Amino acid sequence: MRVLTEELRQRICAEFPKYPTRRAVTLPALHIVHDALRAVSTEAIEDIAELLELHPSDVHDTMTFYNFFRDERHPLGRDRVWVCRSISCMLRGGEELLEELSGKYGVLPGQTTADGRMTLEFAECLGACEGAPCLLVNDECHRDMDLSSATRLIDGLVSG
Amino acid sequence: MPQYEPVLLARIHRPDSATIDSYRADGGYQRLGDILRMAPADVTNVVKDSALRGRGGAGFPCGLKWTFLPKDHPGPIYLCINADESEPGTFNNRILMEDDPHQVIEGIILSAFATRASTAYIYLRYEYPQSWHRLQAAIDEAYAAGYLGRNIRGTAFSLDIYLHRGAAAYICGEETGLIESLEGKRAWPRIKPPFPAIEGLFHKPTVVNTIETMACVAQIARRGVEWFKSIGVPADPANPRDPGSYGPKLYCLSGHVEKPGCYEAPLGITARELIDHFGGGVWKGRKAKAVIPGGISMGLMTQSELDTPLDFAGPGRVGCLGLGTAAVVVIDDQTSIVDFLHNSCRFFAHESCGQCTPCREGTSWSLRMLERIKAGKGRLRDLDLLLEIGNTMGMMPGSTICGLADGAAWPIKNAIKKFRGEFEDYIKRTNPSGWMVTDPVPALQIVGAH
Ligand SMILES: Cc1cc2nc3c(=O)[nH]c(=O)nc-3n(C[C@H](O)[C@H](O)[C@H](O)COP(=O)(O)O)c2cc1C
Ligand code: SF4
Ligand code: FES
Repeated sequence: MRVLTEELRQRICAEFPKYPTRRAVTLPALHIVHDALRAVSTEAIEDIAELLELHPSDVHDTMTFYNFFRDERHPLGRDRVWVCRSISCMLRGGEELLEELSGKYGVLPGQTTADGRMTLEFAECLGACEGAPCLLVNDECHRDMDLSSATRLIDGLVSG
Repeated sequence: MPQYEPVLLARIHRPDSATIDSYRADGGYQRLGDILRMAPADVTNVVKDSALRGRGGAGFPCGLKWTFLPKDHPGPIYLCINADESEPGTFNNRILMEDDPHQVIEGIILSAFATRASTAYIYLRYEYPQSWHRLQAAIDEAYAAGYLGRNIRGTAFSLDIYLHRGAAAYICGEETGLIESLEGKRAWPRIKPPFPAIEGLFHKPTVVNTIETMACVAQIARRGVEWFKSIGVPADPANPRDPGSYGPKLYCLSGHVEKPGCYEAPLGITARELIDHFGGGVWKGRKAKAVIPGGISMGLMTQSELDTPLDFAGPGRVGCLGLGTAAVVVIDDQTSIVDFLHNSCRFFAHESCGQCTPCREGTSWSLRMLERIKAGKGRLRDLDLLLEIGNTMGMMPGSTICGLADGAAWPIKNAIKKFRGEFEDYIKRTNPSGWMVTDPVPALQIVGAH
């Protein structure tokens, strides 16, 4: 069964000329699918494998090595919020911030709110330690956060 | 502290610093055409003469690494640029990519030319979306201006640069983990030899260098070897194996300082100078208890070691693993060293790729012990057990494939050796009835804890 749209297939195929092997397109393909579908299902893995001329287990093996891609039973919410818990952020309250956000939205790190709007994650050093503690919200890094600024930010997403 | 004018970061506050026009207006790309008419080996020799050492953590001499490539190889030869930057405390490469991407690209073009690479992949960590956009825009500009693509500046040299996005795994920063990941596999570091220069990406000769190294190459090409060698700490004449610590370095300062940030200084500045001169002192008028000299895997310096020069040799002299990424993290006197070590052990347990037993087991056991100590169930004998774990995992004991295990072991060894009294006090205070227990944890109980 084909679950990837023609548009997604074309975007994956557009990566081929950059690499001498199709296998090297595994991560780019996983990102393309994961971004668009908020998960990479078993069917999507099969589709990717077919395009990349690999066995689905190869794609699955690579995908599951990274604690990054979600399968269809654990899809991402509309927004993904990463809270840094590494040393520079920890020294300035990052661990407390993660715990407070977890309590406030009723989800543990890794879980998605019941309305499917937001997935909360812990992150290891986001490389923005000069603005500790910091969050990555989808494609944007927010520095010098505390509970009230982080809540305002997330509520803005949720109501948006 | 000697006066020093930033070079690598000179442009980052200019308006439009990321655009090609502003880079060219500041003299960027001007010598490129001339250099691409030199012999590649001569460009390599310039970098070799500069004594530039890689800025990615290991400090390996850059020009020397390039000479390990086979001569007369029919190609392709690959250049991999390591932009995985995931060592906790480190963000210098992000600043270069976001605020002066053309300096990085010019360095890549020169390095590819010197190594005769026809394709460069920039392996960029996923968590840097802004770097992704800025770099891609800069690469597009460089193609449009004829600095990338076919027959650059009318020479026989051609180069493509592709951005490749990672997926949030620290181990992809290890150079052979990076190569495996780029090839579309799990990022399991390879056993060396063969080294990448002989058999790397797609089984071809490959050089892996980091972003800041590329920026240094661009500046050496522009300003010359003499300029580079006038900065930093000269080689020790009594030690023929010491290549010295030349050139400027980007130091990332974070944690408990008033003004965290990325600061450029000559190699060899001390942690105290960084904290006082750039960082505005330890925050809230407090004192430093400990300082991480170069990313968490380098271990800890005590406050009495803060005058150690942060060059490639300095941190090793006080028992740290090395200069690492020169990410200096300040820990104030009100922070518990137990919390520091718990944070470090948790990071490495999460990031170990799991293929070597001492690293997989050592990182997860040390985390479990720190969790237990933190929860008030520690025993004094745990400290010797932790030291034993620290002393038995890593490349230094020779039982693992990559350096992650040494990076996990060093904070354990340094923290317990340098702060043993604090650990003992913590354990006695939080576990008044059990700290003296010496029995091993019964086997069944451990199984039950899974
Ligand atoms: C566990 C581990 C993680 C590493 N992570 C990075 C990294 O994120 N970025 C980096 O440039 N080098 C990293 N390195 C060092 C690389 O293996 C390699 O030495 C470096 O990229 C070479 O570049 P250079 O010669 O320009 O320093 C890491 C090494 C190890 C052992
Ligand atoms: S030392 Fe650790 S991280 Fe490195 S290859 Fe072995 S298990 Fe993986
Ligand atoms: S430790 Fe949080 S961004 Fe680096």
